[in-house]
Amino acid sequence: MESNKYENHILIIFAHPALQKSRVNKVLLGAVRDIESVTVHDIYEFYPDFHINVAKEQKLLKDSDIIIFQYPLFWYNVPALLKEWQDLVLTHKWAYGKGGIALRGKKLFCAITTGARESLYSKDGFNRFTIQEFLHPVSQLARVCGMHFLPPFVVHGTHSLTEPEIISHSEDYRKLVIALRDNKFDLEAARKFKRLNEHMDKVIIR
Amino acid sequence: MTGENFFFHALVFLAAAVISVPIAKRLGLGSILGYLIAGVIIGPFGIKLIGDEGQDIMHFAEFGVIMMLFLVGLELQPSLLWRLRGPILGMGGLQVCASTAIISLIAVAFGVPFQSAVAVGMILSLSSTAIVLQTMKEKGLMGTDGGQRSFSVLLFQDIAVIPMLAFLPVLAIGAGGLDPAISSTDHAPEKGALWVEGLPDWLHAIVIFGAIAAIIIAGRFIIGHIFSFIAKTRLREVFTAAALLLIIGIAMLMSKIGLSPALGTFLAGVVLANSDYRHELESDIEPFKGLLLGLFFISVGASINFNLISEMPDIIAMIIFGLIFIKFIILLGVGRVFKMSTDQNMLFAFALAQGSEFAFVLFTFAVRNQVLPVDTANLLIAAVALSMVLTPLLMLINEKLIQPSVGVKERDAGEADAIDEKNPVIISGFGSFGSIIGRLLRANGVGVTVLEIDSDKVDLLRKLGLKVFYGDASRYDLLHSAGADKAKLIILAMDDHEKMLGMVHTIKKHFPHLSILARASDRTEAYELLDAGVNNVYRETLDTSLRVGIDALRALGFRAYQAHRASKTFRYHDEKSVFELSHLRHDKKGYITNARQKIEDLEQLLLSELKGEEEHLDAGWDTTSMREEASKVK
Repeated sequence: MESNKYENHILIIFAHPALQKSRVNKVLLGAVRDIESVTVHDIYEFYPDFHINVAKEQKLLKDSDIIIFQYPLFWYNVPALLKEWQDLVLTHKWAYGKGGIALRGKKLFCAITTGARESLYSKDGFNRFTIQEFLHPVSQLARVCGMHFLPPFVVHGTHSLTEPEIISHSEDYRKLVIALRDNKFDLEAARKFKRLNEHMDKVIIR
Repeated sequence: MTGENFFFHALVFLAAAVISVPIAKRLGLGSILGYLIAGVIIGPFGIKLIGDEGQDIMHFAEFGVIMMLFLVGLELQPSLLWRLRGPILGMGGLQVCASTAIISLIAVAFGVPFQSAVAVGMILSLSSTAIVLQTMKEKGLMGTDGGQRSFSVLLFQDIAVIPMLAFLPVLAIGAGGLDPAISSTDHAPEKGALWVEGLPDWLHAIVIFGAIAAIIIAGRFIIGHIFSFIAKTRLREVFTAAALLLIIGIAMLMSKIGLSPALGTFLAGVVLANSDYRHELESDIEPFKGLLLGLFFISVGASINFNLISEMPDIIAMIIFGLIFIKFIILLGVGRVFKMSTDQNMLFAFALAQGSEFAFVLFTFAVRNQVLPVDTANLLIAAVALSMVLTPLLMLINEKLIQPSVGVKERDAGEADAIDEKNPVIISGFGSFGSIIGRLLRANGVGVTVLEIDSDKVDLLRKLGLKVFYGDASRYDLLHSAGADKAKLIILAMDDHEKMLGMVHTIKKHFPHLSILARASDRTEAYELLDAGVNNVYRETLDTSLRVGIDALRALGFRAYQAHRASKTFRYHDEKSVFELSHLRHDKKGYITNARQKIEDLEQLLLSELKGEEEHLDAGWDTTSMREEASKVK
């Protein structure tokens, strides 16, 4: 780890069961793969049989300052392996409970894609709840583990995105990750928005 | 005995056994009572199919008892025997001494001369090894505390017979003096002279110790090699012959030097308990033992003198009742002293309350040595025989009436001491295939019993602490002694396919409760195993091939999870086709040769894959259709 060189080390827990079929996540992932002090951990590639190496995962978490869960929102939830990962890796007395301080003070957020447009995620919309509400389980998990939960990075309406639009989103993602790594990110400002990529100009410090 | 006579007797005995034993078992009386009743029926006081020759047959059949003790010895590791030394010496000693003393006193009280009373006390203190062990085995009680302690006491009694034989002549009344021919042939009286006759006592002792040492040394260092040599010929009957030769040889040797042949073979059994061939020996001797014991019980039944009994039924009844009652009380007391739980103590006392088959020999011997008058001896012999007949009934009473109220707490609890430990899984064949399964199961705390035909491997596995049975796994008796009736599933992992099919047949017939998981080398074998009724078939190359396939796909850039799922899908179809094609095969004409069949199977398989029904197992992650819908909305 080059933790000395940069302010933060970032760990991206990436979960996509069928990346070969992906349009958006594939490009998003490609945009952050080669950033220094960022570890992309593609868990479906590591654990196709769901046999998660807990010690290895905990080590990765421990060595990071900022953790990103990147996944497509399937049926309003995390993919199955990411759920298994949470259940097995975030153990009692390590991540929470008595003496469970390994993750305390770290930052966590989700980088997700949704097929539906943003307008459908509202009280009166088709999906009846906001993205923030659908993320309650993860936000509470962060709280119990003593982590700061940030608003998500969301790419909405993937079904109707054009290639240039996807590339534009991936550039935003890359900028965001680099800014977070270098502490060039205004957390207080970001908390006021629904998603980190709502007003990129207002949260990234130049 | 002429040839014709022999066949007639064989016919009578076998018919009696075949008819009466199943009926007795069906009525819940146990096989021994069946044999005994059969003996009474065909005997001189029944339908008179056999007369006095019953006595001769009994002497011959006592060889069954010798074999039984050999088998008991085989199941008894020397270490276990050493652990049982407390019960053997303590309980056995206490029981024999107390019974001898009290029965003698009672006899004296009834006006029997002192010497005779002591002889009667000694002889009646013994219990019947044959009946007790056989009944306990049948009821699965050998592993319980009561069973183990009964065995210990019986073992002590068997040993005690030798000093008794030496001591009885000393008790002679009148001027008869000592009979020099102390024929200590308690089981199979040898008419021939003893080798040690005329030797001074110290030399006699040396001969005896020498013979025992010879058995131990031969058992430890020589017999194993001989059996190994014979086993390599792969001729079963020669192995059986060798086993019988061993037992008969030891029995002869023991008789010739004035020791109990039963004890000699027991000792040989213990020495061989750790040998590789223990289970093979067990399987070979078992049927002989069973038949001879049956014969023995029949002849006991036939020799009961009903004339005598009808002459004085009240006296006989009193003796029987007194005998059983006194022994029962003493046994209860012994059990109490040695802190047995109530239910096990009951089992112990009910089991051992009868007289012994040794009594027939010892009473005859006592008469010959003028220790007892003939009439008294006959009376007591009849009483002992009847008490033996009553034993299975007593045990039944204990089981049905007493135990339910005391609470059967330890019934076959299978403690560490138990002679038979039963594992839920049997693995047949412990080569590269079976050993992986065995290791996985053991790593997860599942007890595994292994059947293996390769004697070199058996040796190694035993050293590693596995419970390994050596022998032909398709045989009923080996499966039985490996605990197939108690196991839950059996894994057939050997590479001999024909043998495996034979095994499936045996298991289906005798142990239908067992789930069978079988290894197959290819599809054809899988079909045959499925036809034979195996629950699950595992083609040994399937999983490995698929794993190579997964890695090949990954090396070409496939996502790990995609390759993983692809192999799962493939495997699902492949397994399904095995089941489907195995049924299809039966529609074909019988004349298709095996080779032709294999080609046709493969053809069918490839054709069904070429049809390539596109599976949409991953449709849940495929957003194509949703994108199409979204574009229409736009």
